[in-house]
Amino acid sequence: MPTRRHILGAMAALPLAGLSFPTLSWSAPAGDARFMVLILRGAMDGLAAVPPLADPGLARLRAPLVPGRPGSEGGALDLDGSFALHPALGSLHALYRQGDLAVIHACASPYRERSHFSGQDALENGTATEAGAHDGWLGRALGPGRPVDGDRAVALGETVPLILQGGSGVTSWSPSILPQADTDTLQRIARLYERDPQLSAALSAALEANQVASADGDGKARPGAGPAARFISLMQAAGRFMATPGGPRVAVADLGGWDTHAGQNGKLGRQFDMLGAGIDALRKSLGEAWRSTAVLVVTEFGRTAAVNGTAGTDHGTAGVAFLLGGAVAGGRVIADWPGLAAGQLHEGRDLRPTIDLRAVAKGVLSHHMKITRATLDEVVFPGSGSVSPLPDLVRT
Amino acid sequence: MAVTDKNVQAALATNRFGLGARPGELREAADDPRGWLAAQLGGGPPIALDGAGSLTSGSEALAGFFKLRALRQAMRQEEQAGMGRAYAAPGDGKPKDDVVASIAGYTRPIYLAEVAARTTTAVRSTAPLLERLVWFWSNHFTVSAAKVAVAPVAGAFEREAIRPHVLGRFGDMLQAVVHHPAMILYLDNARSFGADSRRGRRAGGGLNENLGRELLELHTVGVDAGYTQRDVTTFAQALTGWTINPGRRKPTGVGEFWYVGAVHEPGSKTVMGRTYPDTGEGQAEAILRDLAGHPATARHVAGKLARHFVADDPPAGAVDRLARRFLDTGGDLREVTAELVSLDAAWDPALRKMKSPNEFVVSALRGLDAPQVEPRIVVASLDSMGQRPFFAPSPAGWPDTVAAWAGPDGVYKRIEWSVAVGEKAGPKLHRADGLARSMLGGLADDGLMTALSRAESGAQAVAMLLSSPQFQRR
Repeated sequence: MPTRRHILGAMAALPLAGLSFPTLSWSAPAGDARFMVLILRGAMDGLAAVPPLADPGLARLRAPLVPGRPGSEGGALDLDGSFALHPALGSLHALYRQGDLAVIHACASPYRERSHFSGQDALENGTATEAGAHDGWLGRALGPGRPVDGDRAVALGETVPLILQGGSGVTSWSPSILPQADTDTLQRIARLYERDPQLSAALSAALEANQVASADGDGKARPGAGPAARFISLMQAAGRFMATPGGPRVAVADLGGWDTHAGQNGKLGRQFDMLGAGIDALRKSLGEAWRSTAVLVVTEFGRTAAVNGTAGTDHGTAGVAFLLGGAVAGGRVIADWPGLAAGQLHEGRDLRPTIDLRAVAKGVLSHHMKITRATLDEVVFPGSGSVSPLPDLVRT
Repeated sequence: MAVTDKNVQAALATNRFGLGARPGELREAADDPRGWLAAQLGGGPPIALDGAGSLTSGSEALAGFFKLRALRQAMRQEEQAGMGRAYAAPGDGKPKDDVVASIAGYTRPIYLAEVAARTTTAVRSTAPLLERLVWFWSNHFTVSAAKVAVAPVAGAFEREAIRPHVLGRFGDMLQAVVHHPAMILYLDNARSFGADSRRGRRAGGGLNENLGRELLELHTVGVDAGYTQRDVTTFAQALTGWTINPGRRKPTGVGEFWYVGAVHEPGSKTVMGRTYPDTGEGQAEAILRDLAGHPATARHVAGKLARHFVADDPPAGAVDRLARRFLDTGGDLREVTAELVSLDAAWDPALRKMKSPNEFVVSALRGLDAPQVEPRIVVASLDSMGQRPFFAPSPAGWPDTVAAWAGPDGVYKRIEWSVAVGEKAGPKLHRADGLARSMLGGLADDGLMTALSRAESGAQAVAMLLSSPQFQRR
């Protein structure tokens, strides 16, 4: 097993395709940078998503939840000899191999309790507690005077989630369960709105969004199509929004169903399938824009290191974040591995956090979205001056 | 200010202060629109709700929830004891899944009954101003079913802690709110223990500042009132011991408020410059009493009322008058509401506010005289517009600005909903102009009436009427 610091040191030596050819810039101009946050609600089990197979503690604590060795039938997908991906994360494995996925392990927001409700609020408001702020860190990153100018973010969902609140120019879109309004009626309503600039602007933005989101669909949620189809259509729409010239450059979506207290193996297999299919859909619909995109996949906290009595896991602390996209300097696992031995666990039960999730977000916002350190330290993540942005997360 | 046409004033009374006119309501309001509202303040909101069979009290609902949760914990322990077996057969998680499913199955009918009762009461109300006040205060003191344990008690909270006090004293509502199990659960006070309490010294355990902080920041003096982190901590310490009876044999019933001296942080506490001796439960009550009468609370509440009923940025004079009335009457909300209704600024014919989705849906059902309210459809409709009933996104409640509700997805979902309603209600209509007049009165201008008269069908006319700026705004 790699020792602490081992991995951080080793990755500096990794050859990165983009860096070998300084004349072929992989990175698009700053104004073209796309950034998406995907929130996995319910606390994804990081030790299941990215099992540290080289740590002997893993099998000791959770044998029934550990997949087979890489190379075996239905086995884990090797990353770097120490860590592997869950067998159902084939899509992410392909991204890793092409250098478009970085895995950040033993990572957590500064929140240290174990409530989903408060943990998600803290994850989104960018502080250590649910009451730390009433708007979101990504919203504040989009505030007036920030480098990402107005009307530049889209929330995939009915409402603007906390993480995007407080920003300017945030739009929202979700597939509809209602029957489609016919064009003639919409035109008549648009005429009624001619003397109401606000409603008029909202309606035309919505029609535009519908057009973008449903380039090869009608923007309707199919009754009975289930959460997987809905998630894939949201991710497709996110890609179309960000790929549209002059369209939003920032997107937020979420996916629930990660609270695996019981029968975890089956449930997580389906969840990872869904996650991979959504990421594939996003990449396809982004097209060329994939190259200038970074997607941060986060969850409110990790889960217990040991299996519980119902073949699942309970609420824990540190877990995994994924950073993926063509702009990401990937193909590596970033971890300061705390270990799974008895004395190494947080409060004797959870993977101990050694990387602050804010450092990851700050690394992307600073180097990819070109937001200044002062703004990150004081506005985006208030009072986080001591948390340095993680370096070299994106290709330069 | 210029005297506005009585028909416009009546429409403002029913839309801005009410829930949209029911058939005939504009006629009743037209003689004396302000008097029509003042008369509503003479009574009080109904405590027994319309269309409700028997609603479950908050403590009953919680008692049932606790029972299921305890069962789940017992099963988990049992399975942990027989861990080897569970490992051998991972599918063994089944019984626990059933309990999880039964918690949802337990909560859902309670939740739907509350949505049905609340919506039906609002749709049928002849004193809609009072229902608006219930919603306003329930949002000021948000508890959200987004937290699983709150889901069975969110409706009961509104009925038990808010509804009886909307024309009473602010201080009484505040005490009722903080004593209600729903708020204690929502803001995590049930397990907030004083470090120096008898239990704290014996078994450890910690303070949870959530309730103390939100009481200052959101419910009383407001974020700019100059309190410090120390005030928050001390107030939270004073609140330790305010918990819920989880089911042991005690003087109070299961699921009811329960003061536990053994977890109360001892000693006097100083909050915002005043020192309170340790009187147990009475200590936090005394702090709440002072906070309720604090001038910063008066300003905070006045600002929120004016923002809700008048404009996102209400004139300072209007806020001043409401705050003064609040202080002069010791927080008498009947008097404060009467002052609000009498503000000239509140009768500006410009429609500066946007209806919330809940206001929009209920006003449409009122205007169309909908005979039945199907709660599942109400929930799905409001969910698609971003305001699932009793599911506010945070302790700060639903937003109360035009920008929050006039976003592209929200506006479009309202139009789609209007089209769907038009298809149901429209075919029975011969002409939409009568409907427009009975819903909007003097606000239905020539432009709108002409557009409606040219609609190709009754269905389309209803969709246009419900989508129109005159109906979306208030």
